[in-house]
Amino acid sequence: MTLLEAILLTVITASTPLLIAAIGELVVEKSGVLNLGVEGMMIMGAACGIVAAIATGSGAAGVLAAVLAGMAMAALFAALTLGLAANQVAAGLALTIFGIGLSGVVGAAHVGAQREGIGKLEIPLLSDIPFLGPVLFGQDPFVYASFALTAGVAWFLTRTKAGLILRACGESAASAHALGYPVLRIRFLAILFGGACAGLAGAYLSLVLTPFWTSGMTAGRGWIALAIVVFASWLPWRAALGAYLFGGITILQLHAQGAGFRVPPQLMSALPYLITIVVLVAIMRLRRGGTAGPANLGTPFVPDR
Amino acid sequence: MPPLIEAQQIVKRFGSLVANDHVDLTVAAGEVHALLGENGAGKSTLVKMLYGLLQPDEGRILWRGEKLVLNGPRDARRAGIGMVFQHFSLFEAMTVAENVALALDGEEPLPRIAARLAEVSRAYGLPLEPRREVWQLSVGERQRIEIVRCLMQDPQLLILDEPTSVLTPQEAEGLFATLGKIRAEGRAVLYISHKLEEVRRICEAATILRGGKVVARCDPRQESAASLARMMVGTEVGSVRHDAAEPTGPVRLSVSALSMPPAEAHGVALKDISLTLHRGEILGIAGVAGNGQDELFAALSGERLAPRAESVALDGTAVGREDINARRRRGAAFVPEERLGHAAAPRFSLSENALVSGHAANGFVRGGFVERGRMLGWVDAVTKAFDVRKGPRDPEARALSGGNLQKFVVGREILRKPAVLVVAQPTWGVDAGAAQLIRQALVDLAKEGAAVLVISQDLDELLEIADRIAVIFHGRLSQAMPVQGLTREALGLLMGGSGFPADDAAPGAAAREREPA
Repeated sequence: MTLLEAILLTVITASTPLLIAAIGELVVEKSGVLNLGVEGMMIMGAACGIVAAIATGSGAAGVLAAVLAGMAMAALFAALTLGLAANQVAAGLALTIFGIGLSGVVGAAHVGAQREGIGKLEIPLLSDIPFLGPVLFGQDPFVYASFALTAGVAWFLTRTKAGLILRACGESAASAHALGYPVLRIRFLAILFGGACAGLAGAYLSLVLTPFWTSGMTAGRGWIALAIVVFASWLPWRAALGAYLFGGITILQLHAQGAGFRVPPQLMSALPYLITIVVLVAIMRLRRGGTAGPANLGTPFVPDR
Repeated sequence: MPPLIEAQQIVKRFGSLVANDHVDLTVAAGEVHALLGENGAGKSTLVKMLYGLLQPDEGRILWRGEKLVLNGPRDARRAGIGMVFQHFSLFEAMTVAENVALALDGEEPLPRIAARLAEVSRAYGLPLEPRREVWQLSVGERQRIEIVRCLMQDPQLLILDEPTSVLTPQEAEGLFATLGKIRAEGRAVLYISHKLEEVRRICEAATILRGGKVVARCDPRQESAASLARMMVGTEVGSVRHDAAEPTGPVRLSVSALSMPPAEAHGVALKDISLTLHRGEILGIAGVAGNGQDELFAALSGERLAPRAESVALDGTAVGREDINARRRRGAAFVPEERLGHAAAPRFSLSENALVSGHAANGFVRGGFVERGRMLGWVDAVTKAFDVRKGPRDPEARALSGGNLQKFVVGREILRKPAVLVVAQPTWGVDAGAAQLIRQALVDLAKEGAAVLVISQDLDELLEIADRIAVIFHGRLSQAMPVQGLTREALGLLMGGSGFPADDAAPGAAAREREPA
């Protein structure tokens, strides 16, 4: 295995959870809801995933538990922001803090408990191709799933009527309501999808990337996923690009330090956010003000009855 | 044959407020039926129930003689009811075709929708380009989208909520022609409007609401605008006393060769604007929304500073680089268009809102401390002088109805006895009684020696109170013309852009230019 190959493989594993969580949040934001609780949903996914996997001995059960945990957290967020029209920013921040705390409780009994990670899914023959084989066809199922998710969401948002309706809710909830669309129900489903994705991303952390539980193991990845959505100006394939860019930076930083380059690690871990800000400013400049974001992003909607 | 639609004894309550109190409405096929009433009379509530957006508490709706239950707009569309909203229900960042697709039920592929859209828009003379994004379009074009997407559902009843309030007179003519075609096909139209002359021209029946009740039914062609207004308001609506005159006094506000780039992406650039406003004069600025009115207001008030100090002068002093408070201290006052959110902070009480615009020049602040008594006194004075109706003495701004809040924000500035008053859309969405009061106050203020600049889309309003009128188009301002001898037609042509130099302009403006007058 060459060094380049090794680097590429680690970049892929570092980027996959970012991509999965970002795609979920992208759908949520396209429906007009800003859920800052990605980090909290993700870490609950990680904790519940490994606990379930250890309890049942099945990786699949772990993944399922992680997805359900993410969705349960999302449902809580939805109850607050849709049901009670609470402030989305405050509710999202609370969700993150709550998730980090609760996950510590859930995983307390299993700190450091090792478990065999979910293996790679090697595609016969193709994975034997030198270099390209292991990189493209020797990955774990999550990697394939992340790209399937990206393609699916891109297709859904631009090509289907349901995707059009979801975007309409994000552009103008009042108009969508006036046309007879159930804005709150659509936003609820979008939030659940975002929760499922965040939970799945969490499962990747505790079941594949570092197959054991330690509290706080998401280490800010949920926040990076949020930054990626903005960086991507709400376009799915650009989110994939962003995820690999940010994933790549984290890995390169490790290799750079290993090779003796003196780059402060703090600077490197701040890079995703710095880049996001630069990209935001660049977009503002190009469009002469205004972002590409959904017009009603973060605005609660209360239909009159 | 039973009538097309019949609403019987409809009751709708919001809390303790009875928005519709046993309302009956009957519309026959092929009829253009007017629904009249002041703001808050219950018109919008009624049509929302006819479109399934609200459910009546009591009463029933019959469609061709059979009971119709509407659980949502989809049910209404399926039955054959279409609606064009007052505030457009369009999605700015989406294309025309996508906007149409959202209003159609069923999975029709976009290319087919685009093709049908082209067909329908041709048939009714409402040209549209399916691939353009809505934010690039003019108000008139946006309304066309709404109408076309309604017609694509092949409705038997078309509900139009104040469709002409945003159109130039020429655009309104185009709409009337379309309505004629729709009627000729045997479809019915329910037409909500404040504009009584218009109703008399195109409607053959009218139902008039006041305070949630039906107070009259009539054939508007047999009535006069004054008699219709009387039925709406319940009392005689006085007309504003004003004798337009050529300006003679000294110049109080002057703008010379003011050019400014737009503040935001879809804004309008101001180009070489010059005007003079004399003592004792009301100057009207007419124009279709989005032609630079907001930008001009911001430049006059100092919310945006002009590039050069000399561009704006108050009583001969160059103030282009001064902020809004400095201009207020010089005796100027400003009332922006958006009353809730710009002129008044929704969650502030009225006294706090008085402080917001008056802290610089009204003596509400002494030694850094707020003088609450004075602020409350001010609220009381405005309340009395402008007949602001409210429950508690000092409620939050958002608790007031539109008309009462408008009376408050205009009154708040007029009571300061400003030397120069700049006001945008002074009576937008305000009922007839309040509008008359505000207009009279503006006229009286000018009579006492102030100079008043009124930016308005309402031509009737400007013709009623202004001494001279200038038209703003694509960020350029025409010569100000004395109102004597000025016709609506001439103004309408200017508002549509004829007589202005052809434009390089921003994308938004370029899109508007396609607009056939």
